[in-house]
Amino acid sequence: MSSPKPIQIILARQLASSLATPILIVDTDGTLIYYNEPAEVILDQRFDETGELPADVWSARFALADEAHQPIAQEDRPMMMALSERKPYSRTVWMRCGHREWLNVNITAFPLLGEERQFLGAQMIFWEI
Amino acid sequence: MRVTLWGTRGSLATPGAEMARYGGNTSCVGVVGREGTVLVLDAGTGIRPLAATIPESLRRVDILLTHLHMDHIQGLGFFAPLYRPDVEVHIWGPGSATLRLQARLMRYLSPPLFPVNLSELPCKLTFHDISSREIDIGEFHVCSALVCHPGPTVGYRIAAPEGAILTYLPDHEPALGVLRFPSLPREWTSGGALAAGADLLIHDGQYSAAEYTGHCGWGHSSLNQTLDFGTLTEVKQLVPFHHDPDHTDTDLDRLIAQAIEETKPGYQITPGKEGTTFEL
Repeated sequence: MSSPKPIQIILARQLASSLATPILIVDTDGTLIYYNEPAEVILDQRFDETGELPADVWSARFALADEAHQPIAQEDRPMMMALSERKPYSRTVWMRCGHREWLNVNITAFPLLGEERQFLGAQMIFWEI
Repeated sequence: MRVTLWGTRGSLATPGAEMARYGGNTSCVGVVGREGTVLVLDAGTGIRPLAATIPESLRRVDILLTHLHMDHIQGLGFFAPLYRPDVEVHIWGPGSATLRLQARLMRYLSPPLFPVNLSELPCKLTFHDISSREIDIGEFHVCSALVCHPGPTVGYRIAAPEGAILTYLPDHEPALGVLRFPSLPREWTSGGALAAGADLLIHDGQYSAAEYTGHCGWGHSSLNQTLDFGTLTEVKQLVPFHHDPDHTDTDLDRLIAQAIEETKPGYQITPGKEGTTFEL
């Protein structure tokens, strides 16, 4: 069993589960604690099958490159920036999961702050261009 | 600890002969520890008769507010210890993103809505903003956490030194946004950690299953959801609470019996009736 989730995270999951936009939610350590069905298509895996995934595991599942097709280092990825700097970060990138085709997507990641600005984790949205 | 239900009605006080058995006062529960610590859970209209039971010798009372909807604070100005200079009154409850608890409460406890200003009260009054915290109040260890209900709302888990656990979730909609409830594990359910394994869970059960469909998002639960929440959290006893003001005693007898029949909980259900006392 994973740890109890704050209400803001629970509500974020409930909202994400009812949206057509691919969404990932991570906790304060970067552990991927939820991704919705549209994100399952992009990540080519199902949340029910993987459950929660540590940061190094889920971030290794796909490659990110900038618009010049140069690889983006792990620490410069939008979600990692949102986690480390605790502010929103948006970037248009090329993304590839496994051996599938490269996708041109905009990724927006933002921190989730609770009462008294308590840091709860972050959320990431994919927007295919 | 001794737990007494002083107000079990939701939304609006409902006097009347047809409501007399379950009671018409809005949310208020008294908790008295073996060492004499007194907690008051919410300040609905039930707080007035509760105050009459507080001994003259008591010097401290703690009021734990779940949220500031009117049915949970309407009795506050009528709580007799507020007018005693020899009593410390500590009020705990959630602030908002922009206002502290005291400022939020002053919107009600000031003219023209109420004739007395908070600053004029003779007791020694202290406010404590609380959201997701653990605190010790006298002999009790209290955990609070934000739960699913419109506006900042907390639930409380109160542990006595002898090990008894009381969980209070009077206004709670854990099924919001879930297609089938319960479908997620406890850690992904609002209030799940607060209620886990509680000896007594006092929980919102405002609607029938049919009524809930027309009130989704209002912040309350159907009786079936409430009983299923009790199963999910493995409580030992559950009190359906915060009865809809339109439900008479006869309605509540029928609706609770129907919910028990449909959900078949494996633990004790005690309908929330004003004046009921539990020894935990």
